Amino acid sequence: MSVAKRTFDAVIVGAGGAGLRAALQLSEAGLKTAVLTKVFPTRSHTVAAQGGVAASLGNSTEDNWHWHMYDTVKGSDWLGDQDAIEFMCRKANEVVVELEHYGMPFDRTDNGKIYQRPFGGHSQNYGQAPVSRSCAAADRTGHAMLHALYQRNVRANTQFFVEWMALDLIRDADGDVLGVTALEMETGEVCIFHAKATIFATGGAGRIYYSSTNAFINTGDGVGMAARAGIPLEDMEFWQFHPTGVAGAGVLITEGVRGEGGILRNASGERFMERYAPNLKDLASRDVVSRAMTTEINEGRGCGPDKDYVLLDITHLAPETIMKRLPGIREISIQFAGVDPIKEPIPVVPTCHYQMGGIPTNYKGQVVVPKDGEPNSPVAGFYAAGECACASVHGANRLGTNSLLDLLVFGKSAGETVVEDIAVGNLSLKPLPADAADASLARIARLEGQTNGESVHEVGLAMRRTMQKHAGVFRFDGLLKEGVTAILEVAERAQRTEIKDKSKVWNTARVEALELDNLIEVAKATMISAEARKESRGAHVRDDAPDTPEFPNGRNDNEWLKHTLWYRDGNRLDYKPVTLKPLSHDVDPIALAKRTY
Amino acid sequence: MTIDRKRVLWQCRRALLELDLVLARFLERDFDRLDEETLADLEDLLRCEDHELWAMVNGSAPCAKERWRGVLGLLRQS
Repeated sequence: MSVAKRTFDAVIVGAGGAGLRAALQLSEAGLKTAVLTKVFPTRSHTVAAQGGVAASLGNSTEDNWHWHMYDTVKGSDWLGDQDAIEFMCRKANEVVVELEHYGMPFDRTDNGKIYQRPFGGHSQNYGQAPVSRSCAAADRTGHAMLHALYQRNVRANTQFFVEWMALDLIRDADGDVLGVTALEMETGEVCIFHAKATIFATGGAGRIYYSSTNAFINTGDGVGMAARAGIPLEDMEFWQFHPTGVAGAGVLITEGVRGEGGILRNASGERFMERYAPNLKDLASRDVVSRAMTTEINEGRGCGPDKDYVLLDITHLAPETIMKRLPGIREISIQFAGVDPIKEPIPVVPTCHYQMGGIPTNYKGQVVVPKDGEPNSPVAGFYAAGECACASVHGANRLGTNSLLDLLVFGKSAGETVVEDIAVGNLSLKPLPADAADASLARIARLEGQTNGESVHEVGLAMRRTMQKHAGVFRFDGLLKEGVTAILEVAERAQRTEIKDKSKVWNTARVEALELDNLIEVAKATMISAEARKESRGAHVRDDAPDTPEFPNGRNDNEWLKHTLWYRDGNRLDYKPVTLKPLSHDVDPIALAKRTY
Repeated sequence: MTIDRKRVLWQCRRALLELDLVLARFLERDFDRLDEETLADLEDLLRCEDHELWAMVNGSAPCAKERWRGVLGLLRQS
């Protein structure tokens, strides 16, 4: 079957912050650049980022990138690669100032500089005192960033293919990447995007969990495509959770609610945090609160018919206080939990928020895989940036405001590397293999022809419930082992999904089935990687790896100071060393230590 | 389902989870019985930026265009 073909210097999949920043670098260098996106660029999930972008500008308090680097390494629980972290922290000021020049409306100080505010985990002088490092545009930083980058791309003649879904990565016999296949939703046609360079910037896959703060578009398309093409996925056991998402919906209830006096209660109405954190109680740190909530639910003290959530109670606060200080929360509670928090407590559960792992890359944005004894060998023609990639700067746990920085720095870096690789002749337009589109066409044909199959909705639900129960915020060996069996069963079902609507034009059912193909790869990688890692580190906390003098916080550097690599083929696991050496010779490594705040 | 209707269905995929959830409930309850005029109003409303749309849905901002009033009312009930 013949498939239409379009040819570019570079094709970028995803038009959130990372994709737009990468595209800008390429288009401004005069390269013919295509950006494929499922939704209009300014409707990407980067819009939801509120907190800000970290940069040691030192506008509000004294600061420098060495301190930022220390905070990021410590935040990562030493799983982050120190060369990439140094690169990111050193580049932060440059990319933020560039964004300012693109017209990003940052908040300002009285003397006109970018205003900076403090954020959790960021410090002065190696943990001595809080620092003001976050640059924000009110509570719409991500939104403002996307607009600034989109406008600049339009000016630079980036070609956008809006409402196109990339389907599969194209590799040749050498393993080089030659582009992607993609589906145009308006016509239902499959097309080949043939390019010298392919950059994935598809965001995270938070929708693998039942309770997730992620929008519906976050289906890990790039991560799934990479896995199907034989690229291993790195550190997929590490997911950041927020303790209080509305049960069944996922919408975040800010920490401010507990700051105003909100109390967490179990089914018998007990203020259970008194048992877990006698001093700080409900104001203990995110991970402590999340673990306590999970323990209550796992031990049968959860609320509701399925005993699967706890309650956040603010009914003891004066209604005027709630109306005045927490109006948005009252609205969210009424809208998504169906309860007025003035009268009834809000059902909440720990909720998946951010994917630390992803497609393995180096600080240049090149996708790297083990080859011939070299753990980080670049895959020719393939690059990735943002949440879908694992550079790895977040390691086992991401600091707030480092995600927007990640996508700016590594979006730009991937773009720069492509420009350079093309300029020196490292990249050319290699001939397409004859079967370039076959895998994608076969997937679509399978969906067309499937009878007596499984419902996409039901299989998706089974995946999300399995992940939530077996690989949630607090992990148990038995549950993880059962989880591996359970998720592999769900993956079998995902191969038999059936859609009733077989039409071509705007067939959203087909898109959702293809998205599930991507999500299920991420789910398998997460469960299998988590089961295998027998320590606690950062966001991966196991009940059987507690805090002991020998293993502080349950972390076991002797055996587990290494990155996980999961291969789809045979669900094989491999490991590679963490880069503990910074990029520059004159920068000292951040020595291993217990992570305490 | 007509092609127009299917196109609008995809426009309901948003950047913010809050809107995805409200729109999903609305689609399940009301979408099939929307007349052509209301469908056109919905498509126009969906051209809004996500934060503006969410503010109108949750009532923290007023309805900015008269033709959106009807469909916004339906979304607020979702």
